[in-house]
Amino acid sequence: MAYKIVTSQCTACSACEPECPNNAIREKDGTFIIKPEKCTECIGYFDEPQCVAVCPVDDTCIIDGVYPRYQAA
Amino acid sequence: MQQQEVGIDSIKKPGSSMDDVMQQMAEHKGCGTSGGSGKASCGSSGGQGDLAPDIWEKVKNHPCYSEEAHHHYARMHVAVAPACNIQCNYCNRKYDCANESRPGVVSEKLTPEVAAKKVLAVASTIPQMTVLGIAGPGDSLANPAKTFKTFELISQVAPDIKLCLSTNGLALPDHVQEIKKYNVDHVTVTINMVDPEVGAKIYPWIYYKNKRYTGVEAARILHERQMLGLEMLTAEKILVKVNSVMIPGINDDHLVEVNKAVKSRGAFLHNIMPLISAPEHGTVFGLNGQRGPTAQELKALQDKCEGEMNMMRHCRQCRADAVGLLGEDRSAEFTVDKIMEMEVSYDLEGRKKYQDAVEAERQKESDAKHAELAEMAGEFAAVKVLVAIATKGSGRINEHFGHAKEFQIFELSTQSAKFVGHRRVDLYCQGGYGDEDSLATVIRAINDCHAVFVAKIGGCPKADLKKAGIEAVDEYANEFIEQSALRWFKDYLGKIKSGEFVHEARGDAQIRQGAYTPESAAA
Repeated sequence: MAYKIVTSQCTACSACEPECPNNAIREKDGTFIIKPEKCTECIGYFDEPQCVAVCPVDDTCIIDGVYPRYQAA
Repeated sequence: MQQQEVGIDSIKKPGSSMDDVMQQMAEHKGCGTSGGSGKASCGSSGGQGDLAPDIWEKVKNHPCYSEEAHHHYARMHVAVAPACNIQCNYCNRKYDCANESRPGVVSEKLTPEVAAKKVLAVASTIPQMTVLGIAGPGDSLANPAKTFKTFELISQVAPDIKLCLSTNGLALPDHVQEIKKYNVDHVTVTINMVDPEVGAKIYPWIYYKNKRYTGVEAARILHERQMLGLEMLTAEKILVKVNSVMIPGINDDHLVEVNKAVKSRGAFLHNIMPLISAPEHGTVFGLNGQRGPTAQELKALQDKCEGEMNMMRHCRQCRADAVGLLGEDRSAEFTVDKIMEMEVSYDLEGRKKYQDAVEAERQKESDAKHAELAEMAGEFAAVKVLVAIATKGSGRINEHFGHAKEFQIFELSTQSAKFVGHRRVDLYCQGGYGDEDSLATVIRAINDCHAVFVAKIGGCPKADLKKAGIEAVDEYANEFIEQSALRWFKDYLGKIKSGEFVHEARGDAQIRQGAYTPESAAA
């Protein structure tokens, strides 16, 4: 049910933070993290996850396999 | 700041000359900043030249908008805008090397509050710092809250500092009113194409209205937003400089079209810059072997566009956190740790006095150059030569050959001494020539020049330069650049006249160490 940010890839550019419709992204220790319980994969808001769409580094915002895929209510 | 008091006190003392003041300032800060002057804003010669008075007033102290001003006034960028909304094939945001100097790269990101403090610290230490720009390291308008908060804070504490920003233009139409509100009267828009087919080779994607667009569609949206933004800015009488990156084989010929398009929409100045491309930068162009232009290719394109509008040739393609005169970067003196410890008092009056003194010195040099040109009128009108100047970034020949990190290039003719560019010669992140003899590097960088003017040079390099066909001239140490170069040129023409030697054209040169060229790849 959530995306995650690969820390080693993140440039901490902050582009994703204001784009997240769930306010799930914040800065922590010089990089950015996604709060999994807040992330909806942008389902119901946009056609594509906003963090993925705006991130300047490929394969940095990825599905976190630990969580099941988000289901729209 | 103590540094500032040294300069300003000296100005107040009767009988103390400007040179002494400048020298003290320079010694104190470890940089040369004496006086002198040259031509006016990029393309128009002789101070104000053919510029309208209101425009001249806006650009005369702006180092990025006026070639003459860049010898005297400094700028700083604050890196408050890390996010970007497009991807360019010449940019890699993951890369930051302390020795690296190019846009998009920055060592330390700042909050608006820290940025305002940094501006005060720099303005108090460097009284000729007149311009504050936000240039990234992402896109200033992809971070509108941070960018405009920074402008708001700075306009409160340092009202005499000019504000400017640069942008890729995608978000520009949404922010023109705010740009106007904060009296930002210089905006730079990077426009590399007016044809989306060309754009698709430069921009892999854009992020616009919550969607990632790719290919020709992305380039078309970007193009339309750039043109709209440009028109909206010029309608508000905001000065617009257009930056274009020259990418051989992709947009080099096309930039003539770009030049026409931006001129017709009211852009004031066009800055065509060479592509910076090296595999170690990790950019798409760096990795796929896309080369940058040679010195001759760049100059030919700039010359071609010059008939259309003012061309900027003194851009150093600096970082989004650069501080100082354009040829230097003093950002290491103003890291966050250091500025937090600095006691800052903003002396508006002192800054004005210092800048008035700079203006007087500027006038002196301009007069000297015009006197020299007046004497030469009529002789050998067709002969043009390039010369390289070792300078610490003022209007004087005041750098030792061996210490020069760059050379400024002037084109001399009986009509003018015209600044046409600069060549970096410091090793550039080991850009391919790590073990090479540095003299060979210099010769390659100024190979299109007939002479190199220096404050001092050793016997060995002088002889080696002569072998390469470049005369080392050291008899004008600490003199004004253009006056000295024209005196030498007069002498040169005299020797041709007397048959002592024959004027011959020189070869091409390399713009920037580290640039990927077929020659360097083969080497």
